[in-house]
Amino acid sequence: MSMKYIDEYRDRDLIIKLADLIAESAENDYAFMEVCGGHTAAIHRFGIPALLPDNIKLISGPGCPVCVTGTDYIDMAIACSQMGDVILATFGDLIRVPGSEATLEKMSEAGADVRIVFSGMEALDIARHNPHKKIVFLAIGFETTAPGTAVTVKQAEKEKIENFYILCAHKVMPPAMEAIVKEGTTINGFICPGHVAAVTGSLIFEFLPEKYNIGCVVTGFEPADIMQSLLMLIQQVNSKKPEVEIQYKRAVTYGGNRSAQLYMNEVFGYCDAYWRGFGIIKESGLTLNNDYKSFDAENFIPPTTKNYEEDKRCICPQILRGIKEPGDCPLFAKLCIPENPIGACMVSPEGACNTWFKYRVNL
Amino acid sequence: MTETISLNHGGGGKQTHELIKNLFLKEFGMTEPLTDSAILESKGSNIVFTTDSYVVDPLFFPGGNIGKLSVCGTVNDLSVSGAKPLYIAASFIIEEGFPLNDLQRIVESMAEEALNAGVKIVTGDTKVVGKGKCDGLFITTSGTGILDNNLEYISTGKRIKPGDKLIINGSLGNHAIAVLGARNNLSFSTPVYSDCASLNHMIGKISDSCKGILFMRDLTRGGLGTVLNELSEMTGKGIYIDESYIPVDEPVKGVCEILGFDPLFLANEGKILIAGEQGKETKILDLLKKDPLGKNSAIIGEVTDERVKKVIMNTVSGGRRIIDMPSGVQLPRIC
Repeated sequence: MSMKYIDEYRDRDLIIKLADLIAESAENDYAFMEVCGGHTAAIHRFGIPALLPDNIKLISGPGCPVCVTGTDYIDMAIACSQMGDVILATFGDLIRVPGSEATLEKMSEAGADVRIVFSGMEALDIARHNPHKKIVFLAIGFETTAPGTAVTVKQAEKEKIENFYILCAHKVMPPAMEAIVKEGTTINGFICPGHVAAVTGSLIFEFLPEKYNIGCVVTGFEPADIMQSLLMLIQQVNSKKPEVEIQYKRAVTYGGNRSAQLYMNEVFGYCDAYWRGFGIIKESGLTLNNDYKSFDAENFIPPTTKNYEEDKRCICPQILRGIKEPGDCPLFAKLCIPENPIGACMVSPEGACNTWFKYRVNL
Repeated sequence: MTETISLNHGGGGKQTHELIKNLFLKEFGMTEPLTDSAILESKGSNIVFTTDSYVVDPLFFPGGNIGKLSVCGTVNDLSVSGAKPLYIAASFIIEEGFPLNDLQRIVESMAEEALNAGVKIVTGDTKVVGKGKCDGLFITTSGTGILDNNLEYISTGKRIKPGDKLIINGSLGNHAIAVLGARNNLSFSTPVYSDCASLNHMIGKISDSCKGILFMRDLTRGGLGTVLNELSEMTGKGIYIDESYIPVDEPVKGVCEILGFDPLFLANEGKILIAGEQGKETKILDLLKKDPLGKNSAIIGEVTDERVKKVIMNTVSGGRRIIDMPSGVQLPRIC
């Protein structure tokens, strides 16, 4: 039985061959960062660390949108859920992220109307069917999900749906990658996010080899993709010729998806944004442009105290910056577990701690 | 905030186990191990007794409905204990305003499934609650059966030894995906049907002609991943499985890829895990494959004395990882 275009990338013989080539080429110590949470999840789901020699270290980066969402955003969403005439529509992962005092899951159990959706369009549909309520879509995610939100907002405008709003925390990837490099975390190469690059094109990573001499390979999400990219990164390091290469050629081009970019640029502009673990990163967030400000839920949400405080014992900030691993945290797998996450990295199935807990903690 | 029941308590994973352990077992003075049916001792053969509630949403889904499910589920809980299911009690909690036609269809499927499984529905109860006090219809069925008193070891797996083989009777996840599809009006290019079925005849055929069955459990809520963890916990042994041997149908695989589900943890309603004595696995597999409900059966792994109480999987791509007890409910990924 074969699943078209998937099983080919999970072929055991091919992957073992790549593992042999990696072992032969890996003559030094290497630290590679996978920026995207999808890669973190795939690496552990397919048990890739067991295929790599000890001198290759994979570091999980800040690429899980749920994990980098700040406490202040959750507090705002919670305040919004308490307004009476509001239905919150959210991706499932967000409901367990701890705010200062509660989670959306707890608010939902206590009676708030919080609904899980798979897309902004689904939220828009809730708005169509509930004209007397305000529907607030919690718009989070990187360049992968932002075009979807942009299209939804455009659609709401076209249909004159006036009870649809977004609470926007969309972020863009390159400024966070630059922040990590500037902090001095040792990284010999980036496994770059394939889905982000499918939208933006690989060109957004060019500054990394140019300014910082760090190689990049835009990578797909199957085990053969990841193994091949690791081999490409090792060869870049060995030859001392860092550049941006595209391994994920079946989805990614240099220039990306022009139409998605146009939607994004029309609806959003850049703003400074708070990242859990990093603080404020300049020009790293997206905010609604003036023409679309009427869709901004922040127009009517009562002000909350901007609280960025997290549990002091939690080392999510260091994990998100690639300085520490989940196993280094005193809370990990003891007080902080998937059903009671203390830090955001334990919440999302793509968070480093959640992934470690599920797949690797006891291996 | 005071503690409340959350949906996670119904997920079949850790929180469900904790609730059962810390509340029900404690207050009712019952002891572990947790098996699918209680065995009530009597002379000659033992009486087996089980109960289960059904709250599936939507009530009708491709391949079945809540009524069929409520019979199959209880028949299977009795059967995997090694027992012959005989009698069923059915209780209905119905919401005011529920269409009688729907109830008729549901009850008809229960009757049909009982006939098919060779069990009798002998007693029951009906309660109606006000609008909004329950979601349409909930059904509880209880069942009894008889068990040869020398087959008690099947529900606890206490005769399992390193080297014994693990077998499942077909592809995983069809029930969960069929229900998910019906609930969210997802249209699949190839339809997915629930595997909902009474397995007592299939199980009966194997146990009549082969004595190598050491353990059985149905792979319902929580799926194969949960049952493997329960087995390794109960026996104190390690378990190795190989992902490439685990059958998953193409449409189910596709939905899992898109929504981020792991088929290992999806619910089935016509699948069981069998631990077969080393050396007898081929015989068991051949017998299973002869039955229409077992034609895609596969040996997926074995019991080991390394890795105590751990479930390890060789992944399809040649890597290796832990299969842990799931926590909460599976959530979709967002990027």
